[in-house]
Amino acid sequence: MVNHPRYIDPVKCTGCGECAMHCPVAAINEINKGLDDRRAAYIEYPQAVPLAYAIDFDACIGCGLCENMCMAKAIKYDDTERETAVKVGSVILSTGSQAYDPSDLDYLGYGKYPNVVTSEGFERILCAGGPYLGHVMRPLDREEPKSIAWLQCIGSRDINRCGNGYCSSVCCMYAIKEAMIAKEHIHADVDCAIFNMDMRTFGKDYEKYFLRARDNEDIRFVKARAHTITEIPETGDLILQYADEAGQMKEEIFSMVVLSVGLKIPDSSVDLARRLRIELNKYNFVNTGSFTPVATSRPGIYTCGVFQGPKDIPGSITEASAAACLAGTDVAEARGEDIEVIEIPEEMDVTKEEPRIGVFVCNCGINIGGIVDVTSVQEYAGTLPYVVFTDQNLFTCSQDTQDKIKEIVIEHKLNRVVVASCTPKTHEGMFMDTLEACGLNKYLFEMANIRNQCSWVHPNNPTAATEKSKDLVRMAVARVATLKSLHEKKIPVNQRALIIGGGVAGMNAALSLADQGFPVTIVEKEEKLGGMANRLTTTIEGADVEIYLEELIQKVTSHPQVEVLPRSLIVNFSGFQGNFTTEILVGPGMYERKIDHGVVILATGAVEYRPKEFLYGQDQRVVTQIELSERLKEKGAQDLNRVVMIQCIGSRNKENPNCSKVCCQSAIKNALHIKKLQPDAQIFILYRDIRTYGFLEDYYTEARKLGVLFFRFNSEDPPVVESSEAGVMVTFKDNILDRSLRVSADLLALSSGMVAEDTEELASIVKLARTEDGYFMEDHVKLKPVDMATEGIFVCGTAHSPKLLPESIAQALAAASRATTYLSKDQLTLSAVTAWVNPELCASCLICVRSCPYGVPVINEDGISEIDEALCHGCGVCAAECPAKAIELNWYEDNQILSKVDALLEGVL
Amino acid sequence: MRLQYPSDIKIIFVPCTGKVDVLHILRAFEKGADGVCVVGCLEGDCHFISGNFRARKRVEQVQKILDTIGIGGERAQMYNLSSGEGPRFAQFAIEMDERIRKLGPNPMKLAKKKAA
Repeated sequence: MVNHPRYIDPVKCTGCGECAMHCPVAAINEINKGLDDRRAAYIEYPQAVPLAYAIDFDACIGCGLCENMCMAKAIKYDDTERETAVKVGSVILSTGSQAYDPSDLDYLGYGKYPNVVTSEGFERILCAGGPYLGHVMRPLDREEPKSIAWLQCIGSRDINRCGNGYCSSVCCMYAIKEAMIAKEHIHADVDCAIFNMDMRTFGKDYEKYFLRARDNEDIRFVKARAHTITEIPETGDLILQYADEAGQMKEEIFSMVVLSVGLKIPDSSVDLARRLRIELNKYNFVNTGSFTPVATSRPGIYTCGVFQGPKDIPGSITEASAAACLAGTDVAEARGEDIEVIEIPEEMDVTKEEPRIGVFVCNCGINIGGIVDVTSVQEYAGTLPYVVFTDQNLFTCSQDTQDKIKEIVIEHKLNRVVVASCTPKTHEGMFMDTLEACGLNKYLFEMANIRNQCSWVHPNNPTAATEKSKDLVRMAVARVATLKSLHEKKIPVNQRALIIGGGVAGMNAALSLADQGFPVTIVEKEEKLGGMANRLTTTIEGADVEIYLEELIQKVTSHPQVEVLPRSLIVNFSGFQGNFTTEILVGPGMYERKIDHGVVILATGAVEYRPKEFLYGQDQRVVTQIELSERLKEKGAQDLNRVVMIQCIGSRNKENPNCSKVCCQSAIKNALHIKKLQPDAQIFILYRDIRTYGFLEDYYTEARKLGVLFFRFNSEDPPVVESSEAGVMVTFKDNILDRSLRVSADLLALSSGMVAEDTEELASIVKLARTEDGYFMEDHVKLKPVDMATEGIFVCGTAHSPKLLPESIAQALAAASRATTYLSKDQLTLSAVTAWVNPELCASCLICVRSCPYGVPVINEDGISEIDEALCHGCGVCAAECPAKAIELNWYEDNQILSKVDALLEGVL
Repeated sequence: MRLQYPSDIKIIFVPCTGKVDVLHILRAFEKGADGVCVVGCLEGDCHFISGNFRARKRVEQVQKILDTIGIGGERAQMYNLSSGEGPRFAQFAIEMDERIRKLGPNPMKLAKKKAA
């Protein structure tokens, strides 16, 4: 690996920003898309990890000011490129994407007209940390725009100008989001219009967001691809020219235009793939298989995120866990070998001692000391109750200061420590480790943030900043005196996994855990494994699902670590992360069995919606897409001269507002199959939006090339279907001809959506949250796509939301990966910040039971509320709600919070 | 970002606004605070699902109590923002400071003075 020089030592850098403040050079700020500038000494964005500065050597003039200003001595002008070698067992490529640069598309005027920005630029304009601090303004004159147009598919679905035939999958959603936020930020009325060919809001609950934008927020969705943008020089407004759905030329004026640019693979990643000898597809994304969604062409090398294919954040995070699962499986035997064990001295018992508090005040170079009178704060700290030692440091966080603090704690027999410096967000953990290293309980610690809350925000009033620092130190000292030693409980982990559902997702999760040596039990309600996949023939890429399924079932049933319980039913469930017990009625005899296990993976799946629409079940010639694939496989297509398909059956309607994601590609898959068997067959696909996201778009293009005809219809004006001897008569409107057409079809295929398996009973037994349409609800839509809110329970496959086979497999691996983070440990460490009940005060009023967002408190046999610390998330809602004040949250007990209130307001009255 | 805001605002950290008790807010007023604001995550975005909704209800309850006892409900406020919205925090702080300055000091202070 080559490590490029940063010219500032990230270990020494404290992130104070003095270098950037004094740097005289202005450079283009890439992160804000050139909408403002930055210094040559810079940090890319405030959330960067590590929060350390670097010097842009191309912009640096070498004046030496930053070196003079840096008190941490972190500037290294002579920093050089280094090469490092690491020995690894597997590799994951997650190099991500780059936004398409629309400069070459001259008709859009990007780079020429200032008020034409990319979606990335607009994202920065909306951001509170962006170039305009979150005020929505046009770059030209910093005026609030009165109207904004988003143009979709810039650099995507475009084989004419840029060669990117694929759909970037994310732009429809982000355009809606940007429009919604713009509406929120601009208080005056702003007209937002999204120009699109198809709105592709296919993710979990995305359709509802789209409907909210359209119906509640008045965002306009225009079916058109604009062909020309011209600027009105006097106003900077932009004229948009486009042809509407009926082919009429239209013109509209907007104050601003946002180009929804697609995702592409940067050249550096292509180069990397070449060096690693990884196969890429024709668009430079990594080639992966239908059943091996994160494996590259080279064993041991995996990929995830957009390098694998265009996708959104939840999809990327899911794949990241999936790749980690396979990478970890390869090296499972060596697990834990390279871990360094830190020796921690035995803890001193200070419970009976009177508080002896040490206060360390930090100058943070000149970050604090330049404004706040640190010496006077230190002297003031010395006058506070129980304070027996005070000191000030240039950098309290430096390694030598840590060593000094350790000596002082021991020498002065300190039993409480306050550090008045920067934010606990970055430094609390480090100081707590220091306390632990000298035998002091790490919870006997408090920080006063006199940098971010004093010197940084009141730089023009040093007196006020100093006084406020004293207040904060007084509050911190008061609180630390009330703190108690806390201990993180360790609990053992049962290494068995219970998997509910034996479909493709459940079996993949089972195999990947079993291959790592963990015992697995699969509970399947049916006689046969395989679930919905039993009805599938091939994927759109042409991979044979039947063969795959047969092999998968074979592997699962012959694996020594996997036990399958068919025709079984879950009847009872209890326990917590690492220690669950499930009672199961095992078929066929339905005898009861109890299984102890450490984790649960939900893979209950979904089924095809059984249509009530369009004569299904009444006319034999009306079938679903799955039935059509089965038919094509068995009987071929010789007798099919004319086929009509209708999309969105049982999806995107009143009963089920969501999109089922898979039906557009099912229709196109079957259409292509018919065309292959019977090239002269006429195929009509009646759709609302074609949602062939990612590389599926290629199949849509191919279908159109082969003559498959696509007609858009509105949900208010659906096709009409009648039965007649000659065929199934389908009447629908053609938008371009602006008239009704009638087709007599040999077969009508209904693209019926997915419906979650009935899990109502299971959800109530295991206490699981579900969406309105019955899919399990993950802990966080974006950041925790496979974790359920209860620790130790994970979800994958179509039990989570409708998805394609490769996506189900990736999510199954992801769930296994998340489960491994529990199963690979002998013990789990629980948070010490949990709530507890004082039984003498508890009136069993049930308020805690009702208020806990996680349903943790229960009334025990003695009639008293009991909170399981293994289940408690530590939010403290119960403690605040408890009318008898019987509940306290560790580290945030009422007197610990009130001590700060009292100390702050001391002497006010 | 180092955005400036009035220095009379002091922050007390809690794990979730759902932990902020009516009693905590009232204690501040009892001890002479001129105003209290509770700042939580955006509604619908609570890290602990629904803590900020409970906090809002409690602030509303405190406002009623303050109105009844003559301190004035306006002195207690609830604000919501996300962790990436520094400028909004500064704006809230300035807004709160202005509001309290308009209202004047906590009447408890005057009462105490009169009593003395």
